[in-house]
Amino acid sequence: MPLWLVLELTYKCPLKCPWCNNPVDFDKYRNELTTEEWKAVLREGRRLGALQLGFSGGEPMLRPDLEELVGEADRLGYYTNLITSGVGLNPQRLAALKAAGLKQVQLSLQACDSELNAKLVGLDVWAHKIAIAREIKAQGFPMVLNVPVSRFNIDQTEALIELAEDLGVEYLEFANLQYYNWAMLNRSELLPTREQLARSEAAVRAARARLGRKMTIYFVIPDYYDGRPKACMNGWGAIHLTIAPDGTALPCQEARLIEGVDFPNVRDGGLDWIWKESPGFQKFRGDGWMKDPCRSCDERAKDFGGCRCQAFLFTGDAANADPVCSKSPHRHLIDAALAQAAERGDACRAPLQMRARQTEGM
Amino acid sequence: MFAPDLPPADLPPPGLRTVIEMNPMYLFRWEEPQQAFVLLYPEGVVKLNGPAGAILGAVDGERSVADIAALLSARYGDADLSSDVLEFMETAHAQGWIRTKS
Ligand SMILES: C[S@@+](CC[C@H](N)C(=O)[O-])C[C@H]1O[C@@H](n2cnc3c(N)ncnc32)[C@H](O)[C@@H]1O
Ligand code: SF4
Ligand code: SF4
Repeated sequence: MPLWLVLELTYKCPLKCPWCNNPVDFDKYRNELTTEEWKAVLREGRRLGALQLGFSGGEPMLRPDLEELVGEADRLGYYTNLITSGVGLNPQRLAALKAAGLKQVQLSLQACDSELNAKLVGLDVWAHKIAIAREIKAQGFPMVLNVPVSRFNIDQTEALIELAEDLGVEYLEFANLQYYNWAMLNRSELLPTREQLARSEAAVRAARARLGRKMTIYFVIPDYYDGRPKACMNGWGAIHLTIAPDGTALPCQEARLIEGVDFPNVRDGGLDWIWKESPGFQKFRGDGWMKDPCRSCDERAKDFGGCRCQAFLFTGDAANADPVCSKSPHRHLIDAALAQAAERGDACRAPLQMRARQTEGM
Repeated sequence: MFAPDLPPADLPPPGLRTVIEMNPMYLFRWEEPQQAFVLLYPEGVVKLNGPAGAILGAVDGERSVADIAALLSARYGDADLSSDVLEFMETAHAQGWIRTKS
């Protein structure tokens, strides 16, 4: 059952995060679903049992029909989450979203000072983000503060925890970057060192002990530094369904980077067929598709062989074990990336390749 | 289902005479496709089993743990349920689903 439905309303975004998990060729997908098409997705999703709904992107605030879609989703009984950079959000729109039934806001913040934040997202929006964070709390929303973590901001862990406390958020999420798409292009600049990671984890541990229930801190581990892969998406086509701006249905938001899998589009078939029968969603369901070492591994029910996208990116075959697994014959490729990070130390030197349209100087 | 590892509750756990209210962060309701009561919260879902759903369904911010046990005993014709209800409330409190009112 697709418990989690994520609508990527648009790939457009005013910011230029050099780790953005949108496709590198995002500008190709301008054929966005219409309001009515999104509403049909919402209705069919509910019929399949979807409960949690994320409005994401790109920047969802760029869609003028966001309030209308939230209203429809709330009427249908979803728990609605807005996933935003805060750019385009103002007190009036926030109030309108509240009135439409929005339940929760996840706001991304990249640094605890405006200078680093501007360097990382390519625009000076830090003060606006802080002001809008306070407004979100003032309007009574539960709030997740999301920090995408790289070598640049990982040493701010403690300061970011203090800032989150001051803002009064219920949840703080340190999302160590996942290296696909833009993040993969900039990996050698973004990947933190093992020492940085250890310091950051220690800061989180200390804060958890100090804060008790006041604030929940999630720490998404960077899988490169782990010997086992993440249980990616709880398994392919198990509980998660993403709809990309052009209507492509995906088992996870990165999946379209896997070549050779035919992903269905909501413009061509109903969500029921897409979820239950389409070849794209059947492809890596269960464990029948697995190869060694996963096929004969007693941990396969726990991690489902890890991430199919990561397997594809490193080995050219999405059916291989996730290369972060120490049992994968490709683990040495991950270790090479880590060795490179260690060699470069904490200093960040080369210029970042900011997210931009490919025609703009790429 | 996706409950994060939460730190222990700061407040003392509920007793039989403690009045219970829902934590306003959690949305409690019946889900037809799941045939179960669920708790929804930012980025999470908890699917509740039958007894858990029945107990939380009786939480209204005015009843005490003992009141709720009595109500359920009467409804299901069971003997004294207070120790079961109390045990569940301790768990629910540790998870942050409910709050105690003095
Ligand atoms: C792609 S963004 C879309 C919503 C909005 N533009 C924002 O940034 O909040 C969704 C979430 O993914 C996070 N994110 C983006 N790229 C990531 C990556 N490579 N690894 C982990 N999280 C990432 C962002 O910080 C944000 O919380
Ligand atoms: S991660 Fe950054 S660039 Fe990507 S959509 Fe969000 S704000 Fe825009
Ligand atoms: S071999 Fe495959 S199933 Fe076993 S732990 Fe590694 S990734 Fe998971």
